Amino acid sequence: MSELAVAGAAANTAAQSPLSLGVHNHIKKTPRGKIKTAAKSKSNTVIQITVLVLLGLTVYGFLTFDYKNIDLATALASTLDNASTMFLQPRLSYNSFSGAMFALLITFSLGALATIFGAIIAFFGALLCAKNIANPLVATVVRSFVAFIRAVPTILWVLILTIAAGLGSVAAVAGLTFHSAGYLVKAYSESIEEVDNGVIEALKASGASYWQIVFQAILPASLSFMTAWTFLRFEINFSTAIAMGAAAGAGGIGFDLFMAGSFYFDLHELGFITYIVVIAVIVLEMFATKIKAKVR
Amino acid sequence: MLNKFSEKLKNKRASSKAEATQDTNVSQASKQSSNTKATQDAELTQDAKISKWQLDKSSVFIKRKRTFTLAFLGVAVLFAGSAIITNYNVIEGFTSIPKVIIWMVQNLVPNEKSWEHLPSILSKLAETALVAIAVTVCAALCSFFFSLLGTRTTKANPLVARVVRVIAAFFRNVPDVVWAILLLFSFGQNVLTGFFALFFATFGLLTRIFIETIDEVSSSCVEAMHATGATTLQTVFQGIVPSSMPSIVSWILYMIETNIRTSTLIGVLTATGIGYAFDTYYKRMDYASASLVVLSIVILVIAIELISNQIRKVIM
Repeated sequence: MSELAVAGAAANTAAQSPLSLGVHNHIKKTPRGKIKTAAKSKSNTVIQITVLVLLGLTVYGFLTFDYKNIDLATALASTLDNASTMFLQPRLSYNSFSGAMFALLITFSLGALATIFGAIIAFFGALLCAKNIANPLVATVVRSFVAFIRAVPTILWVLILTIAAGLGSVAAVAGLTFHSAGYLVKAYSESIEEVDNGVIEALKASGASYWQIVFQAILPASLSFMTAWTFLRFEINFSTAIAMGAAAGAGGIGFDLFMAGSFYFDLHELGFITYIVVIAVIVLEMFATKIKAKVR
Repeated sequence: MLNKFSEKLKNKRASSKAEATQDTNVSQASKQSSNTKATQDAELTQDAKISKWQLDKSSVFIKRKRTFTLAFLGVAVLFAGSAIITNYNVIEGFTSIPKVIIWMVQNLVPNEKSWEHLPSILSKLAETALVAIAVTVCAALCSFFFSLLGTRTTKANPLVARVVRVIAAFFRNVPDVVWAILLLFSFGQNVLTGFFALFFATFGLLTRIFIETIDEVSSSCVEAMHATGATTLQTVFQGIVPSSMPSIVSWILYMIETNIRTSTLIGVLTATGIGYAFDTYYKRMDYASASLVVLSIVILVIAIELISNQIRKVIM
């Protein structure tokens, strides 16, 4: 009741003030009289709820994790000690430098093969599920199939394929290809959907066949986006290939990392190989940025 | 070009029609073929025109063709080189696909015995999901404060901004596998091994992304607020936070999805969470239970993707 009375009084004063031109009735104020700067909208409410839920899950997670009575301070201190050994005194003792470079080349090649296969498969996949040129029913089926492929982590693909296809580069490349193709189908189909509908319609009206539309309208218009996505995926595939080498024995520099860290327990070697990998990733990123700039 | 296209098409259609009607109606066929001859002649003159035009303004098409040929050759060389280096057998690569599918259909199906493992799989999955969420939220909080120092909009010290960017690049470029191996030395088989390994990688990536987002989204509103005399804290909380929040939340949701997959990988490496569950069944050759693990991950990831898409639709 009292709040209502206060609000009524506030409205009265607003109406009585000489400056009032009806604007005051539209400015929302907090109970303490401050002007509200943030408008209440559905979007803001959803953001707030999302953030609150995520924070709640984080707190719940920290409360329920099984820490196995670990002493966080000593563990962190010894990790810091190990990290300084690793990063400040890098040294190769089990691998030669040229051996490490060749292993890097193998990882690079695994990533390249998977990207090439993934890009080819994804191009046709994207044609089947881009909303502006595909049959809606086929598009839905392909989309769900691709979402399934993408949801399985790459490491599981590689491990599964290792049993079915045997240890070696075939399993690694196929496993990497699955996820790259799934990722690129989504990216490519989004770039195809951005192609101007007028161009496609004009070609259709002049009697162009499906493949003529694809190669004369869609490919030239979306090629720069597709190239940019493909290079981004190649960078991701390179780091995934490192991880596959370490976790699934797929060879390359990742396997050397695993051997140095978990087999020889040699922090110096781990540090040196890490530096090689970091430099390779940075060079690759610079190269990709240059090519992307050239394509546009 | 378009003219040439339709001309050629007409020509093709006319000739195919002519073939079809040849044995049924000879006179009509001869009419058609004379028709095609006429269009062929028309096309010849058209071709001559086009080639003349190309000579005048050759650069665009010839250049495009040259670029395509070069790109194609480059990819072919890259493919051949990579195949040789990795001992990749192309034929085996293709013939293994049907073999793999048959194997998966035969073995990767949950059977009755594997359903008994479901409670333990689900608890491991919940742990992995919570780790992924906790890591992403903690990394996002740290990254946000770091990115405030790193962006151009707040006009922080340029030296500090550069240092922040270099630190972020370092954390981003060291592979998460390396963090996992390093942390394994001191933390052993613990949730925290995966937590910190993921945290470092996520922190590096999100700092870079947040810096880009803030530079892109908030610069105009920050400039306006500076002009009205707002303090730095006011610009941060009244300008940067509200204007960049939708993209930040969207990126956080994306990172959670990615981190669930990555934490499976780190789980295989450090023997924790759902990755360890898969690895155990896999090494015991209990493929039915392993397939149950895969299915549960797929359902979780797709559910998170769907929820994220709904949230994105409202907030973006």
